[in-house]
Amino acid sequence: MFRPKLDAERPPGYVEPVTTLKSLATALRADLGADRVIDDRQELRTYECDGLAHYKVTPGLVVLARDTADCVRTVQACCEARVPFVARGSGTGLSGGALPRADGVLIVTAKMREIVEVSPADERAVVQPGVINLDVSKASAAHGYYYAPDPSSQQICSIGGNVAENSGGAHCLKYGFTTNHVLGARVVTPDGEVVELGGRAPDSPGYDLLGAFVGAEGTLGVATEVTVRLTRLPESVRTLLAGFGSPQQAGAATSAIIAAGVVPAAVEMMDALAIEAAEAAVACGYPPGAGAVLIVELDGPAAEVAAQFAQVTALCEANGATELRIAQTPAERALFWKGRKSAFAAVGRISPDYIVQDGVIPRTALPEVLRRIDEIAAVHGVRVANVFHAGDGNLHPLVLFDAAVPGADLHAEEASGAIIDLCIEYGGSITGEHGVGADKAKYMPRMFTDDDLQTMQLLRCAFDPLGLANPGKIFPTPRLCGEVPRRHSASEPPAGAEIF
Amino acid sequence: MSLRATDDEIAGVRARFVAAPATTEEAAAVLREAAASGLTVAIRGAGTKIDWGNPPRSADLIVDTTRLTGVVEHAAGDLITVVRAGTPLDSLDFGTQQLALDSPLPGATVGGTVAVNTSGPRRLLYGTARDLLIGITVIRPDATITRSGGKVVKNVAGYDLGKLYTGSYGTLGLITECVFRLHPVPAARAFVTATVPARDLAAQLAAIRAEQVVPSAVEIDAPADGPITVAVLIEGTAEGVHDRAARLEKLLGGTVSGEPPAWFGTYPWPADGVGVKVGVALSRVAELPSGVRGSAATGVLHTHLTGDIPARLAALRAAAEYAVVLTAPPSVRDELDMWGPVPGIELMRRVKDQFDPDHRFAPGRFAGGI
Repeated sequence: MFRPKLDAERPPGYVEPVTTLKSLATALRADLGADRVIDDRQELRTYECDGLAHYKVTPGLVVLARDTADCVRTVQACCEARVPFVARGSGTGLSGGALPRADGVLIVTAKMREIVEVSPADERAVVQPGVINLDVSKASAAHGYYYAPDPSSQQICSIGGNVAENSGGAHCLKYGFTTNHVLGARVVTPDGEVVELGGRAPDSPGYDLLGAFVGAEGTLGVATEVTVRLTRLPESVRTLLAGFGSPQQAGAATSAIIAAGVVPAAVEMMDALAIEAAEAAVACGYPPGAGAVLIVELDGPAAEVAAQFAQVTALCEANGATELRIAQTPAERALFWKGRKSAFAAVGRISPDYIVQDGVIPRTALPEVLRRIDEIAAVHGVRVANVFHAGDGNLHPLVLFDAAVPGADLHAEEASGAIIDLCIEYGGSITGEHGVGADKAKYMPRMFTDDDLQTMQLLRCAFDPLGLANPGKIFPTPRLCGEVPRRHSASEPPAGAEIF
Repeated sequence: MSLRATDDEIAGVRARFVAAPATTEEAAAVLREAAASGLTVAIRGAGTKIDWGNPPRSADLIVDTTRLTGVVEHAAGDLITVVRAGTPLDSLDFGTQQLALDSPLPGATVGGTVAVNTSGPRRLLYGTARDLLIGITVIRPDATITRSGGKVVKNVAGYDLGKLYTGSYGTLGLITECVFRLHPVPAARAFVTATVPARDLAAQLAAIRAEQVVPSAVEIDAPADGPITVAVLIEGTAEGVHDRAARLEKLLGGTVSGEPPAWFGTYPWPADGVGVKVGVALSRVAELPSGVRGSAATGVLHTHLTGDIPARLAALRAAAEYAVVLTAPPSVRDELDMWGPVPGIELMRRVKDQFDPDHRFAPGRFAGGI
């Protein structure tokens, strides 16, 4: 087994001289083929950011991996040269998790897009990391199955990226996140070993390293093959769109639905500004003049959905819904969702620039938090459009600004940060599904103590003693892995007399 | 917090001291003393699984969690709860809500259930401890109090260490508090039970999967000396359950009842038996040797080995993804490879080295001698 030597002189973040990257490029070209390695300055710039486009770093080198062996060779070469590496799938992440390193290698897994196996009898699929999320569902549909996690970017985002970020989606209220749907992964560890985590059956013996790996944002290695759970398609899906006078009313309706013991597949909310943007972008035909809309979707056995749908409809009406539409056709359902799923991009129609925020609050705090967000917007002189996964308190405030106005970006950034502080104040989270990445590492100490963060770093040090896998993400300060506090050895006799 | 002398034991290993802290802070004080003196530590809740896994190489101090009890918080509107680790799982009462985690062993604590990752029939719909746990407080072997996760269901900030601790058998630290997501208690439930000839089992299980009735549990009981029984749990609204159960009744030629069969959600081995947990691909559940019982629709089942135990264990491991011996009498246990092959074991050792560098917490109890 390749065992990199600890080198305290070169902590994570150490910038290697360019000559090392040059020789690395030469070596990798020889091993993988010239067409696998990019070091042309112009071509490298294609990869300078992920979905969080205002963070840009041109990678030192890009490797277009074809298979696990390519990833192993690249990671081993990085280890030998002590060069950091970052894995990237489709590059749709919204927290800068795949932001490259100028002194490092970007391993692109987008070309690894084979669906290796679809096994309805096992309710499993085995896919390569570059496979597009929606393509797993498409490949399973003929068998009566689908892949449940559905981030809004599911037409372009990759399974490898989903695994790294533990991606959610509108339907995770009922079905859970990526971590609940991944059974196994072939992983290239940061020291270039291949390890199989999990398997074809749940509860693999030993530590649940798979559970720790999913959502680790590429800091524990590179997934090169993923076994996912397939979910039986629901017999019935019913979707309603309800217009309300205000987000507070829509929030009250959501609370009433949850309190009634209904677990909808999804409950999504958009406020007036978000509706305006969506209308401008995709003409989704939401109720005109609504202060907020709710999309509520129920799925499952027909008899169950019918019973609960009547309940949900009544609760929306009781909480002041001004207009209720029930999707009569799949096309109509798709139109309801089109407005919601296009919301982020749509605000581009009403504002030249915007920041997408991702925070979580306890759902019951929604009315209060919305009022506080309005205050924050007023104080910082920005507009905020609100899009939420209302069922689980996951907020996506979109802070609108015009970068052409001097200082506007700063105000927007401050407002966005204040919203995150609000989430922490209410006992929530700094990210519900977009990840910490490069963007939110600075907020981690507000949510966790130094001891909490140091404990997470213990796991990292077990996987990545050199700190080469996606350094600079998640954790605000790197930690050297040599410094495990060692206490007395277990073989020493206990000082019993002193402690009783 | 002081340690008391004891002649108590853990899986036949004599301890010297015992402490029963009532709070996280008291527990940290106990573990500070243990760390300062280099004591090896074994954690015990209700003791229902204390002899599972290998016996620890040493257990100077027993940390007893049975005073570390109570529901710290139940936020009904947010469907979450914060529970201390020593609280018995079957004592939890959240009114119209529930922690949907089955306890096959009566009296088992929340902490023990998480630490050993036991589960029951409803894992099919609700998942297991790893899926329901959204936050956790753990005291590290060096006595540092640490938290990961949080109190909201949707949260991807930082590593999800709750999953690492789940099923770690107390080898990485002491769990003192768990935050769980809750589910509504369904208005109605029904059990559809049918006897199935062995040759039809695979087809019947496939038919249940195809039916789109979304069961909460699909359990089989295949005793060595009798016919196979399939029991399906349906939960939901009164109208929905009636309809779904009727469909299954017809499909399986079974009977509908409000109560489960007696074996439902219990382990198939007697006290002092050899109890094994088996993980298998769904399409191969019906190929398992007779004697299994458990969750046929998730592929996690249990069995009781008798006769030529090493040979039967080897056969099981050949047919399944894994077969872990959970519990066995000492004479049998010492002759068996309890865990079987564990992919990634080297990485697991490195995790242990980071969290417990002196190997003081339940040394030797876990896979690979961890």
